Amino acid sequence: MKFLLIMHMNPAVWNALTPEEQAEVGAGHGAFMDTITASGEMITTQALADPSQSVVVRVRGGQPAVTDGPYLEAKEHLGGFYLIDCESKERAIELAAMIPDASVEGLGIEVRPVMFMDGQLAI
Amino acid sequence: MTDGAMTEDLLRELAPQVLGILVRRHGQFEECEDAVQEAVLAASAQWPADGVPENPRGWLLTVASRRLIDQFRASHARREREVTAASREPDPPAGPADEAPAADDSLLLLFLCCHPALTPASQTALTLRAVGGLTTAEIARAFLVPEATMAARISRAKQLIRSAGSRFSRPAGDELNERLRVVLHVLYLIFNEGYTASSGTSLHRGDLAGEAIRLARMVHRQLPEDGEVAGLLALMLLTDSRRATRTGPEGELIPLADQDRDRWDAGLIAAGTELIAAAMARSPLGPYQLQAAIAATHASAARPEDTDWQQVHTLYKILERIEPNPMVTLNRAVALAETSGPRAGLALLAELAADNRVAGHHRLHAVRAHLLEKAGDLAAAQQEYRLAARLTASRAEQRYLESRARRLGPG
Repeated sequence: MKFLLIMHMNPAVWNALTPEEQAEVGAGHGAFMDTITASGEMITTQALADPSQSVVVRVRGGQPAVTDGPYLEAKEHLGGFYLIDCESKERAIELAAMIPDASVEGLGIEVRPVMFMDGQLAI
Repeated sequence: MTDGAMTEDLLRELAPQVLGILVRRHGQFEECEDAVQEAVLAASAQWPADGVPENPRGWLLTVASRRLIDQFRASHARREREVTAASREPDPPAGPADEAPAADDSLLLLFLCCHPALTPASQTALTLRAVGGLTTAEIARAFLVPEATMAARISRAKQLIRSAGSRFSRPAGDELNERLRVVLHVLYLIFNEGYTASSGTSLHRGDLAGEAIRLARMVHRQLPEDGEVAGLLALMLLTDSRRATRTGPEGELIPLADQDRDRWDAGLIAAGTELIAAAMARSPLGPYQLQAAIAATHASAARPEDTDWQQVHTLYKILERIEPNPMVTLNRAVALAETSGPRAGLALLAELAADNRVAGHHRLHAVRAHLLEKAGDLAAAQQEYRLAARLTASRAEQRYLESRARRLGPG
């Protein structure tokens, strides 16, 4: 089963950490990546640039308009994610708990199932 | 058949035989398995271009043996560097004479790959590679993960087997039955992975159903007296007989009652029905036999209204008794609604609502929606279809459930 482990970043929380604590989180991600790569559960991971670098594109009447925000003002933003393939939801939760951000007061990891294309009928 | 496809079939047949021979000679499943995989990769590159060698098994055995010697030498050299103590050069493998494979090597390999220390996903991957003769890339494609992910999973699985101290030998007594149950479950998972793949868009996933049938046939040939092995093979054949009709042109799911029964595969139905009838006549009943018997009952109905729902209900009831499981009760509710009316089915579902294993599951809501619709309570049915659609992680199921909800009108 595939899951997206979503890291919601809160800059206020992050900036309040000491440099040592921030370094610890960084090292924890390295260890976590090694673990899920060796177990054959890692599909991919990405960290996203600061949302101040984002633009929003809207097409109105066939004309694209490019603006900043409005997500800029949000308290939390999408900081990054791990896409994993694991045995069960329980295992996905276990893995999410190993991500260092999960242990930081004020942060958490969202565990979201990925839709798949196939299926069979219940009835 | 193209040269490539012929090579593929041949390799899948021969790979476990060659692996069996090597493991018998040298032990060390992990290294032997790597060597066979390399030989398979070499063959799939060379044979379609240069033609299949006269003695393909001997060819594979020679190439795999050479790889194995290279590996032994490399690790020996490493050891030499690490410890200066003289150590004995490992015995070179005996010549690649085409020794006959032991009849049940493939079965022993299956027992090894389905080691209980592994997760089902790892058992599945390793089985497909070591017994199915598939390459890591093919397995990765079938499960829609990157090749590196699948390679890591297989290599971890082999390490776990080694540290669990598993041996290449036939388990005895209770352990044999225990291991056989795991093997059958793994084959069942492989089949389902392929069968539920909607046709057209994911051809490679669909192949898994055929691969599972091939492996189940192999186990059945070696254990012809085992009723559950025959039951699983029959279940696969009977289920597969409907494959072409279970999805529409857009990949949309078509329920049993709406499938074009003229397009069901009569050959597969006859083979599956014969197999299950013979098994049930001589073996103690088991869950796979019962599921196959249910599939055979459906297959024997020329029209949906000819279905012997009484028999389907009875079979589910026995299945529920020997292997209690809320999903079985869910299916029994559908049969009960056909024999005793939708309200009786709904009453059975109400008992399940307290069961945590199924309470928030989309299937419970999908079945309830279906029975409410039959009972004429359309507003409640629509609400349940919508809820089920939100709860499923399958896009195909979601489309189906949404379309059922829409059919019941706006709102």
